[in-house]
Amino acid sequence: MELLRLRREIDFFGQRRIATILSVVLVLVSLGSLATRQLNLGIDFTGGVLLEVGYQADADLGAIRSDLAAAGYADAQVQNFGAARDVLIRIPPRENVDDDEKGVGEELLGVLRAGGEQVDLRRVEFVGPQVGQELTERGGLAVLFALLMILLYVMFRFQWKFAVGSVAALAHDVIIILGIFSVFQLPFDLTILAAALAVIGYSLNDTIVVFDRIRENFRRIRTSDAQAVMNTSVNQMLGRTVITSLTTLLVLIALFLFGGEALKGFSSALIIGVVVGTYSSIYVAGNTALALKVSTVDLLPPKKETANDGAVT
Amino acid sequence: MNRYPLWKNLLVLIAIVGGGLIALPNIYGDDPAVLISREGQGEISEMEADSARRALAVAGIEILGARQRGNSLLIRFESVEAQLSARDLLEEQLGPAYSLALDLVPRTPDWVAALGLRPMSLGLDLQGGVHFLFEVDTDSVVSKRVEGYADDFSRRLREAGIRRTVQPLEGAVRVELRRREDLEQAEDLLAEIEPDLAYDSGFDGEGAWITATLGEARLRELRDNAVSKNITILRNRVNELGVAEPLVQRQGLGRIVVQLPGVQDPAQASRILGSTATVEFRMTCYEENALDADRLGRAPLGCELQYHTEGYPILLRRAVIADGGQLVDARQGFDENGQPAVHVNLAARGADAMLEATQENLNRPMGVLFIETKRELDERGETVLREEKTVISDAIIRGVFSSRFQITGLNVVEARDLALLLRAGALEAPIFKVEERTVGPSLGQDNIDQGMRAILVGLFLVVLFISVYYRVFGMIATMALAANMVLIVALLSLLQASLTLPGIAGIVLTVGMAVDANVLIFERIREELRNGNSPQASIRAGYEKALVTIADANITTLIAAIVLFTFGTGPIKGFAITLSLGILMSMFTAIVGTRAVVNLVYGRRRLSRLAV
Repeated sequence: MELLRLRREIDFFGQRRIATILSVVLVLVSLGSLATRQLNLGIDFTGGVLLEVGYQADADLGAIRSDLAAAGYADAQVQNFGAARDVLIRIPPRENVDDDEKGVGEELLGVLRAGGEQVDLRRVEFVGPQVGQELTERGGLAVLFALLMILLYVMFRFQWKFAVGSVAALAHDVIIILGIFSVFQLPFDLTILAAALAVIGYSLNDTIVVFDRIRENFRRIRTSDAQAVMNTSVNQMLGRTVITSLTTLLVLIALFLFGGEALKGFSSALIIGVVVGTYSSIYVAGNTALALKVSTVDLLPPKKETANDGAVT
Repeated sequence: MNRYPLWKNLLVLIAIVGGGLIALPNIYGDDPAVLISREGQGEISEMEADSARRALAVAGIEILGARQRGNSLLIRFESVEAQLSARDLLEEQLGPAYSLALDLVPRTPDWVAALGLRPMSLGLDLQGGVHFLFEVDTDSVVSKRVEGYADDFSRRLREAGIRRTVQPLEGAVRVELRRREDLEQAEDLLAEIEPDLAYDSGFDGEGAWITATLGEARLRELRDNAVSKNITILRNRVNELGVAEPLVQRQGLGRIVVQLPGVQDPAQASRILGSTATVEFRMTCYEENALDADRLGRAPLGCELQYHTEGYPILLRRAVIADGGQLVDARQGFDENGQPAVHVNLAARGADAMLEATQENLNRPMGVLFIETKRELDERGETVLREEKTVISDAIIRGVFSSRFQITGLNVVEARDLALLLRAGALEAPIFKVEERTVGPSLGQDNIDQGMRAILVGLFLVVLFISVYYRVFGMIATMALAANMVLIVALLSLLQASLTLPGIAGIVLTVGMAVDANVLIFERIREELRNGNSPQASIRAGYEKALVTIADANITTLIAAIVLFTFGTGPIKGFAITLSLGILMSMFTAIVGTRAVVNLVYGRRRLSRLAV
């Protein structure tokens, strides 16, 4: 069975201008939103207290809010989490560092149970503001460091124009994912950061596979029309790109639907990432390399590599 | 023809059989259990075990088995409900002389356990439990040490008849001398007392000055020591709490991670672990009027104004008879009136002082001062430490005693906590909670169930898709995927890494990525076939040409995973571990593994077409 048997090649790079405009617009909107609306950072980064509780029957959020406000937690965010019985309460970091005699979690639970209702404690997270700040710094550093290492690897394996292309594609993906989380103010926690880093890995995977074929074709076809070579390569890999994205999306959708609330954010970030990553590895990576005037000369095998390239003739 | 040499086939076979064996302990699951140990030391005897069994039998709680583990007795149950009610029952029946801990015991059959194989452990988010991150206030250790030096210097210089003022600074002591001519003698004296400090000196008008600085190395040593001592104390406290398989570990320079799986009462754990509570025994200034002192806000010489927990003022002597550090044992119990009490046992030095004090002060009141260090924000928004002191009892000394006596004036919970804290020892430096994550047992189970369902559904969808799309080759890829799962589980069990929810997400993602290698190979084979190559040649070329691409693609993903592992903490690390193990294993199963099967199926015959 084959999903894609194309009579003719699709002229991917003929549409370069449209793709470029689309990417630039998306990136600008994302950056604009990040600058003005920021991210809806979870307590992992800001510090604070998060409490997840389960009620026996559907929870009355209004009553919970007023109970908490009466107990001095007027700044508490109360929302349902997955089911109508499950409630998530978030409290920003407090002024007095240390009421952890009992722990804020216990205190909150006491407030909720005061009405005689059966409240099941499912999860408490307390993060000090300092720990959160460190995490933000480390997270940012991790993304930058990952990009740098990858840049070096692609430079070593391919050529600097490709390295710039692949890193441009990755930065594009990360910015757009962050942008979507910012525009829609989706909660951004530690698992989303992990997902963003996983997308770097995934999108790169895609980019490298396409580059690999471009390199092979440049060596084989030996033409001066770089755009045609790249177009042919993308077309040849189209089957694989679509199938892989599809299988990955299948498991991610399974994760989204069945993995429970805790993995919803993670899986949706990855789903966005896979879609954007597939697009970027065709357009952003390729276009950047084209814009840098990539040519056959850049990819002529250096002497020591000829031994591995027996297959490419 | 496509054939693998024997060694390659054997390698695949051994990897899969070996991996299957190592992964085997994971399929048996766990039994909930209760671990009974005697407070302090000592083995649980056969008789005690029997009485526990009988008590359970009378209450109608069925047990799966009971056996000795170390000095403790381990009783396994059918269900968590049985485990919990048994715990409550035994707690009541056995009394405070025993401590009970909830545990999960792998149901691994003996022959598997005999091979030294163990299942992978579950992270706190799957098992339920508490995770704390404490920060050690090492600055307070340094300033305490500096004050110690300052006191020493001041005393010795005074003894030598040198006029001076001594001032403790941050990490240094400054000595100012009235007379220039004392400088040399003072310098020699200080260098003799503390040769490890760096000294600097000079003249200043009529007088002279000396600064003694703690070097970088000395500071680091002090801080290091404080953290390691605190870790020891925290371990003691955790053991006193009766937690099975706790983790107490240093993180970074001044932080300590404590993980307590399966803890039901995080509030108690939090209260006990972070507590800086200790006690001091002092005589009261019975001859002075405490109410007057309270009104004036000033205590007479040699006395200190404190307040009883009930609110009234008490004057205590400044001299301490004994403190919490001199205790050898402390037990919660009751006094002769049935009030909660802590029975303490003083070490020799404290006991001598106590004997002397009680002999001299018969029929006079002695006070027990309860001290706790709290952290607060001052008006400039900086954190400051404040000692909170209350007098918990001021009883009349009715008879002479030395090492054994009791502390009253507490409720049952306070008495239990204090006894535990005194037994475990006082922290070297105050610690503060900077992170806490508690996962209730019900959420843990939900996480396992949902994570497993997501893996199964995802796996099923992928398998279905590639089997339809690539037919025989798709089914071979399915086998590779299954082998990949087994190998990931085997490696996790071997490394004894704990499986967390993000770890499960990593496995799910691996499923998607592992298929990619096979998609690359199969698409290449199709391409070769379209170009008119023979089936056998297409298989060979497909595998060979896809190899470089797969390697490049996976290495870059691996780089991202390793960066995640290096920079990440807890949850992110879990994700990075399963993702990198998954990628590494998939290189083996998707390339070598599928090739071995493809060769077995197609390798030996002449083919006209391929089911790909």
